[in-house]
Amino acid sequence: MFLQQLINGIALGSTYALIALGYTMVYGIITLINFAHGEIFMAGAFVGMLLVSYFKLNIFVAMALSMTFCMILGVVIELIAYRRLRRSSRLSALISAIGVSIFLSSLALMIFGADAKAFPDNAFPLHQIHIGNADISTLQISIIGISALLMLTLEFIVQKTKIGKAMRATSEDYTAAALMGINVNRVISFTFALGSALAAAGGMLVGLLFNAVTFNMGLMAGLKAFAAAVLGGIGSIPGAMLGGVLLGVTEVFGVAIGYSSYRDAIAFAILVLVLLLKPTGLLGQKIQKKV
Amino acid sequence: MADFLQSLVGSIDPYTLQILVNIGVAIPLALGLNVITGLTGQLSLGHAAFMSIGAFISAIFTNRLGLPFELNLVMSGLFTALIGVMIGFPILRLTGDYLAICTLGFAEIVKVVFLNLDITNKALGLQVLPAKTVIPMPILVWVVAILAIIFVTFLQSSRFGRALKAIREDEIAAEAMGINLPRYKVQSFAIGTFLAGIGGALYAHFLSYINPSDFGFLKSVDILSMVVLGGLGSIPGTVFGAAILTAAPEFLRFMSQYRMLVYGALLVCLMVFRPNGLLGGVNFTGLLMRALGRKAHETLPHIVERNEL
Repeated sequence: MFLQQLINGIALGSTYALIALGYTMVYGIITLINFAHGEIFMAGAFVGMLLVSYFKLNIFVAMALSMTFCMILGVVIELIAYRRLRRSSRLSALISAIGVSIFLSSLALMIFGADAKAFPDNAFPLHQIHIGNADISTLQISIIGISALLMLTLEFIVQKTKIGKAMRATSEDYTAAALMGINVNRVISFTFALGSALAAAGGMLVGLLFNAVTFNMGLMAGLKAFAAAVLGGIGSIPGAMLGGVLLGVTEVFGVAIGYSSYRDAIAFAILVLVLLLKPTGLLGQKIQKKV
Repeated sequence: MADFLQSLVGSIDPYTLQILVNIGVAIPLALGLNVITGLTGQLSLGHAAFMSIGAFISAIFTNRLGLPFELNLVMSGLFTALIGVMIGFPILRLTGDYLAICTLGFAEIVKVVFLNLDITNKALGLQVLPAKTVIPMPILVWVVAILAIIFVTFLQSSRFGRALKAIREDEIAAEAMGINLPRYKVQSFAIGTFLAGIGGALYAHFLSYINPSDFGFLKSVDILSMVVLGGLGSIPGTVFGAAILTAAPEFLRFMSQYRMLVYGALLVCLMVFRPNGLLGGVNFTGLLMRALGRKAHETLPHIVERNEL
């Protein structure tokens, strides 16, 4: 029972972590809460579902294509809705992000309708594996595996490549990075592309896990992933991973011990408690106030 | 008197009346958030939660106790403010986005709790009995809205309001000037949530049906958009924003299915082309003085809003 719930929790949590990474990276660089991120996650799920059900593509090919699509979507959104607002009030950028989010979810509602769509039955080869007394599906294992792989790739890009170095420099000090000859606009576009690709993968995995893709799935998932990013310490990449998994596991255990009607409140209650005890999140750096 | 007011209300076309009342309900809500976010600079993403607390408390006061509506309004406002203080005291130590996410989290918790309580009729929502008052509801709503506008206008230019603005501009400098940060922040939160509670009570009695799901994140965002769209910290701006955003979905009704699509796109366009809000940075006192034929510089010099938030 314990092992079963733990695996369920980690699988759910790794999808939260995938979405949370996009929030945390964008926040780390331009201190914007990108509220449209949840809708990119939704778009990723829909594009993936379309590719699998109408073009009969293999699920992994569909995932790669859907990630590419969302990369472009993310970059375009940044270009249209955020770039011109970079020097103005952060709240204006936030409202702009909310506008994009309303736009995308109503677009999805118009195209796909209000009822839930699902991936075709044979989209993913499902098997149950028994470990001890736990039933673990190949889907759960794949979700954990794919998430881990994507996160390792991200860690590699951020730590070892030149553009990753530029990202770290820009998030450390935007102006100084620009003065050192880093093309800040390109770095920001790249960050949006990376985050959106991860969200698209997350969207497809969640669509498979719950067997439902809806126009408003981005809202709650986005909020919880954002909570996960803050829980881990916003701006910190390992923090987002830790926060996501932690949130997923607690949520699953909360439901398992009988608080299922409080499901959505569990994540936020933990968030509020952690913030009150450690205001910068679990792995967040202490921000020095300067006069 | 009551008959006269009733006939006055009756003479307005019901559809227009409904939009007008919706605007009147939105004004105290938006002004409350304007005190917290616009004046004090504390970003709250959970204003709808306080609205829902006011709405449910007032509904219970009416349904179970049969309180007269005027008393009911004040009581629900005060009760909401009390909860606001209880919540505000611990969380207002946080700053910036951490505060924002904390208020968001709190709002989600309130929603889920209301969805599970018996007294709020769980997910079915609560039917609200007609308000016990002789004044017709639309008039009452607008009286409250105008009182709220007057109250916040005076608040803004008072010593207290200037302290709040100082906190918004620079917390460290404000503290160095002897402003007690926690006290002022909690007080501003209390005033903001008081107005939210009153707005919620009006909403509940005008619609006569409330459901916890109506007060989710999107409602908070709605109210925040009103404040930011009109111009942060500007009272005419907030009233204007409340009017526009309440009426916009109605005006867009002719394109029915594209309505929300256009609404989202409009929000983005407005922010991209007027990032400080429609009326942000407009000096109304100066304009008024000029219209009256006096020189504008006799009024206080216009302070350029800083865009740190």
